[in-house]
Amino acid sequence: MEKFTLTLKSVPAKSRRTTLCGVVSSGNLEVLVEPIGMEDACEIEVSTSAHGFRDIWEAVLNDFAKEHESGGLRLSINDAGATPAVVSLRLSQAFEIASGDAP
Amino acid sequence: MKQHDHLASNRLARLKRAAGISSNRLVATEHAVQLLGAVIEPGDRVCIEGNNQKQADFLARCIAKTDPSRVTGLHLVQSVLALPEHIDLIERGQVERIDFSFSGPQASRLALLVENKKIAIGAIHTYLELFARYFVDLTPRVALIAAQAADREGNLYTGPNTEDTPAIVEATAFKGGIVIAQVNEIVDRLPRVDIPADWVNFYIKAPTPHYIEPLFTRDPALITEIQVLMGMIAIKGLYAEYGITRLNHGIGFDTAAIELLLPTYAADLGLKGKICTHWALNPHPTLIPAIESGFVKSVHCFGSEVGMERYTSARPDIFFVGADGSMRSNRAFSQAAGHYACDLFIGSTLQIDSHGNSSTATLDRIAGFGGAPNMGADARGRRHASPAWLRAGREAQLGAGIPRGKKLVVQIVETFREHMQPTFVEHLDAWELAKTADMELPPVMIYGDDLTHIITEEGIANLLLCRTQEEREQAIRGVAGYTPFGMSRDARMVENLRDRGIIRRAEDLGIRKRDATRDLLAARNIKDLVRISGGLYDPPAQFRNW
Amino acid sequence: MSYFEASARTRIRGLVDAGTFEEFCPPEMRQTSPHLARLNAPLSFDDGVAVGRARLSGHAILIAAQEGRFNGGSVGEVHGAKIRGLLDRALAERPSAVLLLIDSGGVRLHEANAGLIAISEIMRALLSVQAAGIPVFALVGGSCGAFGGMGIVTRLCNEVIMSEQGRLSLSGPEVIETVKGVEEFDSRDRALVWRVTGGKLRRAQGDATRLVEDSIPAFRNAAAELMERYRVHSLPEKSLTDLLADQERLACRNMQFSNARDGQEVWDATLSDSTHVPELSSEEFNQRLLER
Repeated sequence: MEKFTLTLKSVPAKSRRTTLCGVVSSGNLEVLVEPIGMEDACEIEVSTSAHGFRDIWEAVLNDFAKEHESGGLRLSINDAGATPAVVSLRLSQAFEIASGDAP
Repeated sequence: MKQHDHLASNRLARLKRAAGISSNRLVATEHAVQLLGAVIEPGDRVCIEGNNQKQADFLARCIAKTDPSRVTGLHLVQSVLALPEHIDLIERGQVERIDFSFSGPQASRLALLVENKKIAIGAIHTYLELFARYFVDLTPRVALIAAQAADREGNLYTGPNTEDTPAIVEATAFKGGIVIAQVNEIVDRLPRVDIPADWVNFYIKAPTPHYIEPLFTRDPALITEIQVLMGMIAIKGLYAEYGITRLNHGIGFDTAAIELLLPTYAADLGLKGKICTHWALNPHPTLIPAIESGFVKSVHCFGSEVGMERYTSARPDIFFVGADGSMRSNRAFSQAAGHYACDLFIGSTLQIDSHGNSSTATLDRIAGFGGAPNMGADARGRRHASPAWLRAGREAQLGAGIPRGKKLVVQIVETFREHMQPTFVEHLDAWELAKTADMELPPVMIYGDDLTHIITEEGIANLLLCRTQEEREQAIRGVAGYTPFGMSRDARMVENLRDRGIIRRAEDLGIRKRDATRDLLAARNIKDLVRISGGLYDPPAQFRNW
Repeated sequence: MSYFEASARTRIRGLVDAGTFEEFCPPEMRQTSPHLARLNAPLSFDDGVAVGRARLSGHAILIAAQEGRFNGGSVGEVHGAKIRGLLDRALAERPSAVLLLIDSGGVRLHEANAGLIAISEIMRALLSVQAAGIPVFALVGGSCGAFGGMGIVTRLCNEVIMSEQGRLSLSGPEVIETVKGVEEFDSRDRALVWRVTGGKLRRAQGDATRLVEDSIPAFRNAAAELMERYRVHSLPEKSLTDLLADQERLACRNMQFSNARDGQEVWDATLSDSTHVPELSSEEFNQRLLER
């Protein structure tokens, strides 16, 4: 497993519900969203079975932090080889649930 | 006096050699190998019928058992090299040259034989192109074909899976060749005659029914949310935009998703009757919900699909069905229909380069083309107009003082395939393959200048609106997402292309990504398809979980 | 909503009264598998099972749901301990029922010994819960079915609610094919696999006590109805005579069908009309069972 943690600038999140989204199965991932004691940054912890794609992860996660008000959230990801498309979609879904936009 | 009937007299000589084992065209199953040995001559051009669907598998097994010292120097001219026996025949040294369209499951073995100079490849064709050459310079001397049934005269019923048979038999029978058919059964009376007996020299009952691959069945259960999203983008950003009524879909989950979104998402957009009414398409089970909801008016098929026979029979308003009540497919005609009569082709691929060239070739496989290049190419001989076709021509600014149209040729791909293989690449593997296999052309499925749109989960790139090669390249990079190819885009230029509507993201089309769920699919599993078909669809065992 | 397609958590959400699920050992506790970690394999924050308390039709229940998509719903040490702990808790909390949403191929091979022990602990705990008069229901309708040790656990439950898509057996089809050959059992013939292990055959043979459609509300209704029945008629203790009668019935079944190759043969022998059984809805099938 390749593991790394990024702390990324982001607008403070409006709502901060703990939530788990997705399942760890081949080509998929789970993401756990929790509140942490920060305001203008989010912390993203990645554990992935696909080695050597850190630059792609960083690009995807940077875009996520830019496009979503996720300051004050910690996102912990268990990944089993999801493509960037699936990662982005799952993160958006988790974010919507955590911020109370969706059930 | 000059002799004008060499071919006919040679055919008579061959028939005479087989006289002892044939009675009124019927040859006993156990004499099949002997028959082939008697009628095939060294150096013959031989066609063993088979494509990505039905296969003359029994005759293929038989020819691979003939005496290699007598049946030798063959030139295979056939749609596919898909069976192990096709390759066995080459390995036994009985074949000198092959001209074909597709090698599918045997792609790796074939690549090895070519590398070891065991075989020469004439060319890899599209189906239609190979059929065309049957009537010019690659006419078979002997054709080994597959039919559902024969009557006692030797008339053949090829039924829903008629496919390539008429093209092969027409070329062979009318140019002094020998036609040998394997049949699943011999009956007193055929439902209908697809191939008349006097075009057939021999028929043999095969010990097992000819194999048919259910290649066009996609289990809706395996369609992903990303594919749903891309389907929504295709429907709203392309089909609705251009008013696509006549079209062809490639095989794959991406296009299956579109088919399953028609009765739900597209209907909600008010598109019923406005898009996707007329098709050149195999009877995809995933089209059932769109047919049942009245979306579809007509479908002509290249071949059939295992399990769809009763359904197609019961929908003669939609499919091409004989007086006997069963469908008839015809690959040559459907390819022509896809080429000339459709406004849009959409399919998937493995690699796309910066010019928009796309290829399904990889280094260790010689897979070939099948029919996609005929669908996925502008038909420059087309002379009838339609709104979609004219709009594409206008967008591309075609024509010198004369209105011109253009076919919409679309690739729908995820930016990464499984195992994080990028779909977008700087350099197609096809180049390396061409080098190692000593081919004159890199095997490109769709040429960049035919490609009009690319759809990915990142949106649509409309290449018709690009005015320079640089714009085109940036438009492609702009939808290539997080692939290295995509990340090396010129961000400013891509934003400019987006402002001009050349690149359109999901949000630009008013599509919310979170709405892209499997709940939108009109059927979410094979059982749903059976239910929606009113029990008429009978899926093969490997697709059932009941 | 399809039960088959839903995730473990979606199944729980759809089964219980809205907003009542209270999870024990929730994902943020990160009780992950030490064995998978040692093997450098992907972990899941809940180790593939969610357990907790909730209400069903207003009554207290305990519930566990296995996630079939994480390592085939396999039972590892932590996964097993969560289920076993839930059952232990039932003795203290005395809920109206315990619901086990089983979706599992059995023991997790990566942690075989710990998993085997965990399953035997689950069995023992389950028997204690039943001995205390609390009914345990198995719900089987996920893509992994209930195989191996979890197949046994399923059969220990007081009630087994299945959909046709659910499967219940001991050895999985691939295992049988590997050991005995494709002539014995062709695991790729999916229709055959489901005719032999699927919900309809299990219902016909009495291994499943309810056959429902593949929908979360259908599973919910069946569970709620059964729970109500147990609330009215408390769990009878099985006497030795009952057990001997069960044994006798199973022995007869074994004799009658020892040469059967296909579920169809069982339907032919047990239903008055055995045509088109796979095509029947669960309601039509249940009707035919009544008519036999």
